[in-house]
Amino acid sequence: MSYVSIFFQYASQYLKTRLTYRADALVEIISDLLSQAVNLIFILVVFGHTSLLSGWSRDEMIFIYGFFLVPFALFGAFFNIWDFTDRYIVKGEMDRILTRPIHSLFQIILERMELESLFGAVTGIVIMIVSASQLHLTFHWYDLFVFLLLAFSGAMVYAGIFISLASIGFWSDSRTDIMPMMYNIGNYGRYPVNIYNKVIRWVLTWILPFAFVGVYPSAYFLGKEEWYTYTYLTPVIGIVFFFISLFLWNKGVTKYRGAGN
Amino acid sequence: MAKYIEMIRIRFLMMLAYRTNYYSGILIYSINIGAYYFLWSAIYGDKGSIQSLSIGQMTTYIAVAWMARAFYFNNIDREIAMEIKEGKVAIEMIRPYNYLTMKMMQGLGEGIFRILFFSLPGMVIVYFLFPVSFSAHPLTWVYFLGSILLSFMINTQINLLTGIATFFLFNNAGLIRAKRVVIDLFSGLILPISFFPGWAQTVMDYLPFKGISYIPSMIFTEGFQGVQIWNGLMNQAVWVILLFLPIGMLWTLAKRQLIVQGG
Repeated sequence: MSYVSIFFQYASQYLKTRLTYRADALVEIISDLLSQAVNLIFILVVFGHTSLLSGWSRDEMIFIYGFFLVPFALFGAFFNIWDFTDRYIVKGEMDRILTRPIHSLFQIILERMELESLFGAVTGIVIMIVSASQLHLTFHWYDLFVFLLLAFSGAMVYAGIFISLASIGFWSDSRTDIMPMMYNIGNYGRYPVNIYNKVIRWVLTWILPFAFVGVYPSAYFLGKEEWYTYTYLTPVIGIVFFFISLFLWNKGVTKYRGAGN
Repeated sequence: MAKYIEMIRIRFLMMLAYRTNYYSGILIYSINIGAYYFLWSAIYGDKGSIQSLSIGQMTTYIAVAWMARAFYFNNIDREIAMEIKEGKVAIEMIRPYNYLTMKMMQGLGEGIFRILFFSLPGMVIVYFLFPVSFSAHPLTWVYFLGSILLSFMINTQINLLTGIATFFLFNNAGLIRAKRVVIDLFSGLILPISFFPGWAQTVMDYLPFKGISYIPSMIFTEGFQGVQIWNGLMNQAVWVILLFLPIGMLWTLAKRQLIVQGG
């Protein structure tokens, strides 16, 4: 059986379980919407007091936030591995994963998917459309493909960072809070990087490249040519970070010794 | 009374036993304070002050708002929800104490632990990282302490309300999450209330949330002066008293319709 058909079978199974508890799923989507609304309100209120933020206007900031939501939703839907160490290493669940005929990481992605997070992408696209019309942006026919490429690259950046962190679990299963910390650092990517100081900007570009999830790809659609170099780098960074994480993962799996019985 | 003080003590010791879990929390809060610090620096640009807060006061506001959050924040809503779901609440109810008071005391034990082992060291770290300024007036500190105690009360009462709501909703994980998001915004944690447009401020005057973060933080940064401080403290105190009403009502209703399965 191919990976694609396994994926769709897991996805349909997942939808069945979620639809059994409709109210629960609905409340979850609503509370996601609420937290996105809070972030938008923040931007709106702040721009009641200033017209430009380090050279970015209100609608540009909103556009960046809208774009950020799309890769973040893709990541949230398929890479829920923040509790990997607790769930798979400490409890010994990894034993079961390794007996499955598909790649171990893919198996975990299938088990841990949360498709309702994809609603965040819808919100993001709506936000982008609204702010784009406020900004009178013009698009070419190929921009749709550029958008898809950049959004997937952003998701790969996120996935790469978090898979790398999860791989640490293969070497050390001691409890760390590095994952929630990383989620908070990821929020830095929602805003233009030129508001930060040089060190943080450098870290956000080359070490923990969260800037490639929001501001750098958005710059392309906003026509900010001074950032184009970084926009073009986005797919490269995405692929590099994703492959580094795959390498770490595959290396880690060989180190896995199992826990308990 | 002695039994409730014992509750505070036990929760404090319990937290103390797992204190290493909290060091990373300080880092997470510092990361958040950092994000808002840079954002606000960019927003201020070369403006001297916005809504009568200078950039220095704003930085202090963010730092103290987050560190005070460590004190008033607790998960007793989730704990109550768990105990209701697992049926443990039935045992709790026949024990010789008031369940809700006991929960509040546990929250207080947690809060005291966090202010000593989280907020104080956190403040020191933040002080070295960001241009935070502390008031030299001892009275400001006294007002601030009074104010965060009241903010703990308000936040805990709201948590009790959401917790008790489990009796009626059965599964309220979503409500708990939504409540947290709403409080972050309306309490003034991420934005001082005075930055909101006028109509929104009027609405928030009628809500208890600004007593959670805005009032204590404004007192600490000395954004409130003289009579404003007293008005703020009064506002908090009134809400503490008012919130006892819905809690009492919901609790009586909940006890009447409680069905424990198994347990």
